[in-house]
Amino acid sequence: MSDETHDNLPALVPDEPIANPGLPEHTWRPTDVDERAAKRAERQVATMFGLAQVCVILFLVAYFTLKVGDNPTTFAGFGASTLALGTSLGAALLLIGVGIIQWARKLMADHEIIEMRHPVKSSDEDRQEALASLEAGIEESGIARRPLVRNSLLGAVGFLGLPAVVMLRDLGPLPGDSLEHTVWTKGMRVVRDVVGTPIKLSDLEVGDLVNAEPEIIFAVDAAGDPKFEGVALQVAKSKAAVILLRMNPGDLTPAKGRENWAVDGIVCYSKICTHVGCPISLNERTTHHLLCPCHQSTFDLADNGKVVFGPAGRSLPQLPLAVDDEGYLVAQSDFTEPVGPSYWERDSG
Amino acid sequence: MSIDMNKVATSNTTSAAIPRKPSKVGAVATWVDDRLGLATSMKKQIRKVFPDHWSFMLGEIALWSFVVLLLTGVFLTLWFTPSMGEVQYNGSYDQLRGIHMSEAYASSLKLSFDVRGGLLMRQMHHWSAMLFVAAMMIHLLRVFFTGAHRKPRELNWVIGCLLLLLGTLEGFTGYSLPDDLLSGTGIRAADGFMKSMPVVGTYMSFFLFGGEFPGEAIIPRLFTIHVLLIPGLLLALIAAHMLLLVYHKHTQWPGPGRTEQNVVGYPMLPVYAAKAGGFFFIVFGVTAMMGGLLSINPVWKFGPYDPTKVTAGSQPDWYMGWPDGALRIMPGIESHFWGHTLSWNVFLPIIVLPGLMFTILLLLPFIEAWVTGDKREHHLLQRPRNAPTRTATMVALMTFYGLMWAAGGNDIIAITLHLSINQITYFLRGAVFIGPVVAFLITRRWCISLQRHDEGVLLHGYETGIIMRSPEGGYTEKHLPISPARAYTMTARDREEVPVLETLETDENGVPKKRSPLAGLRYRIRTLMYADNIQKPTAEELEAAQHHAEHEHDLQAALDGHAADGHQFDGHHAVEGETLRGDH
Repeated sequence: MSDETHDNLPALVPDEPIANPGLPEHTWRPTDVDERAAKRAERQVATMFGLAQVCVILFLVAYFTLKVGDNPTTFAGFGASTLALGTSLGAALLLIGVGIIQWARKLMADHEIIEMRHPVKSSDEDRQEALASLEAGIEESGIARRPLVRNSLLGAVGFLGLPAVVMLRDLGPLPGDSLEHTVWTKGMRVVRDVVGTPIKLSDLEVGDLVNAEPEIIFAVDAAGDPKFEGVALQVAKSKAAVILLRMNPGDLTPAKGRENWAVDGIVCYSKICTHVGCPISLNERTTHHLLCPCHQSTFDLADNGKVVFGPAGRSLPQLPLAVDDEGYLVAQSDFTEPVGPSYWERDSG
Repeated sequence: MSIDMNKVATSNTTSAAIPRKPSKVGAVATWVDDRLGLATSMKKQIRKVFPDHWSFMLGEIALWSFVVLLLTGVFLTLWFTPSMGEVQYNGSYDQLRGIHMSEAYASSLKLSFDVRGGLLMRQMHHWSAMLFVAAMMIHLLRVFFTGAHRKPRELNWVIGCLLLLLGTLEGFTGYSLPDDLLSGTGIRAADGFMKSMPVVGTYMSFFLFGGEFPGEAIIPRLFTIHVLLIPGLLLALIAAHMLLLVYHKHTQWPGPGRTEQNVVGYPMLPVYAAKAGGFFFIVFGVTAMMGGLLSINPVWKFGPYDPTKVTAGSQPDWYMGWPDGALRIMPGIESHFWGHTLSWNVFLPIIVLPGLMFTILLLLPFIEAWVTGDKREHHLLQRPRNAPTRTATMVALMTFYGLMWAAGGNDIIAITLHLSINQITYFLRGAVFIGPVVAFLITRRWCISLQRHDEGVLLHGYETGIIMRSPEGGYTEKHLPISPARAYTMTARDREEVPVLETLETDENGVPKKRSPLAGLRYRIRTLMYADNIQKPTAEELEAAQHHAEHEHDLQAALDGHAADGHQFDGHHAVEGETLRGDH
């Protein structure tokens, strides 16, 4: 097995230490020699094919009699239609399959046949002939002798790649700075998720966690139509979702510059995980830890949203809170950093 | 048993059958051949020989589940609306009535509740997708463990790897389509993955989503990729895979009469066509049973996608589990430089690692060929034990995959077994590196032990279970020689030679030329690969062992008039009229 072996032919397994005894003799099956056994196998196969037809009839009966929709027929608490259609179709198919294989095993000839292999490569003559033709073709085209033609053609075809790539440009807008902002603005109320009611300090007990949104998500214009709808609403929600948590003010250890971001122990953080963007909401009440259910990144809300465990690389962005004249929680400003997963253009630690 | 040869089929010979009178089939075939001239190419293919072994069925499962996917998938497209347009749901599922959702989700609900057989088709589609990917993976393992990836089949290995990659992507795009909470969470994570790519990531995300996540373009775009682009590629590659299989002829296990130069088995028509065709119905039938009886992906329970919500225990389909596991156990490392952020914690496990693993998989046959330097064709399969280092390599890769996969379910493991998720994660961070090494070493030694056992069986025979007592009072188990057919099968393999590093040529001044560092590396790997393997015995060794056995047999025969040769109770021989101790 040296490197110099360039033999394309099949590897030869030498007839040693034991000589090849050759293919064992064929043994007859009962169905080959006993006409009754063969007839019995024939009946078995035909019975299976016949039962398959019965199963198809059952399928049709189930299709037309069992109801789906508003008031579905049920069987032992399951949708009867799916159950009956699946089992009758499955049984029909299985009976056909098993029948065919029984036919093949019992009734079709079972003599093993020997076929010789040939080297996968072409014969040397064919190879030389093909190579000669290839060379003649290349020679006659003159592509080797006229590099100007060859190179300018390669250039021209290569350039065609540009439209192919450039035409994908309109798949979407350029990112610009859209990832750096959310719909939060100074003085915007923090409202409850789903219902949209504003939140007073007194609404929250110590330890309470509230899933919240910016008020504008629920806002309507003069005509009574929602300001955000469809895609715009989904985009706004996917960045602006927040969580509110009230804890003992003494538990908080705000970083420099964040001393006045909490109101009476109430802190507000982005709900979007800084790892790959799942909404986080599994709260460990006693530790103020928030766990992301997707990849288990854990953030300490008492300590500026710092990562305490898991694959996330950055703290959760905090929304500075204040209270408005009517006593409702509002934002002091938008987030001071982009929310959600990191991206190349992001410019902050 | 006497054989009545009159009742035996006489047509199954190797010579071509010549119709005595023009049959109906012949008339049709003539009509077709007049127009297509297929007879020349088909004359050999119709009775083409395929060898039989249960493990050759694994690829067939993949092929037939793909056909089931095509059939059920076409049915689903007739009702599914690939649109993120917002509608209010007014269908049959009471719990979601009046809720705003995308048309994609609403039409998935309609398929599940209002179209007869719709839920069955959805569930069959999902189950056969899982079967498709699983069968491809197990088929890949079978091919590698038995050495079927060696020359001349390396390119078919590459095609197979591409099929696995495309099948996985097809699965991801498919389960993302219903736009339920779970699939939307998956797409959102995919958005995060894309954004982690340096330089181009943000642009790729904006171009794929048609703007900021979630936009309204992603579902229609994934739909086109799922029903047109990837299935087209899959079809083309499957066709190439099958054509190469036919051209190379299938590999076979060694055995009496089965050599590197031939292929022994049943003809395509009728036996193999019937077995494979029948198996298609069985795969289809099993999928239909699963679709009818086993609930999968109940999208109505998850609710429509809402970017502010997620459920605990969110997990991708199983074949996406291992990169998700890598994502979970990766420490949170980010680099910030020159106003840019590079999140290694996402980029490495989810973009780089899968690409790296796939490249390794793709290159395995070429790496092996480089190490062994073997340029011959191989059509006989090897038992995994007879290639200990190769087997151990794949087991190491499987261990890595399995541990990563376990990491993808770290929350489920923690909840089910009441363990600390933190400790599971810390453990797996180390285990994914140590585990494969341990698995490699154990597997390699295990294979070599099995080779030793084979050698023992060849030289000293099999264990009969008959205990002999010698006059001295010692006990020995009686061994008997195995049949020549089995002995031949066990020895029908190459004798590997531990390479000798070739002596270096010297130049005209007598100074040895320098060896390339790559050649040295190859020498070391090749030595590692072969050095501890047990080679099959030589003819002399075998003869000596037999001689020894006969001698021992004679000694034992002398103990009692009628020796207990063990044949009586070994399960291989008839026991009628024989007793263990003669007349006793």
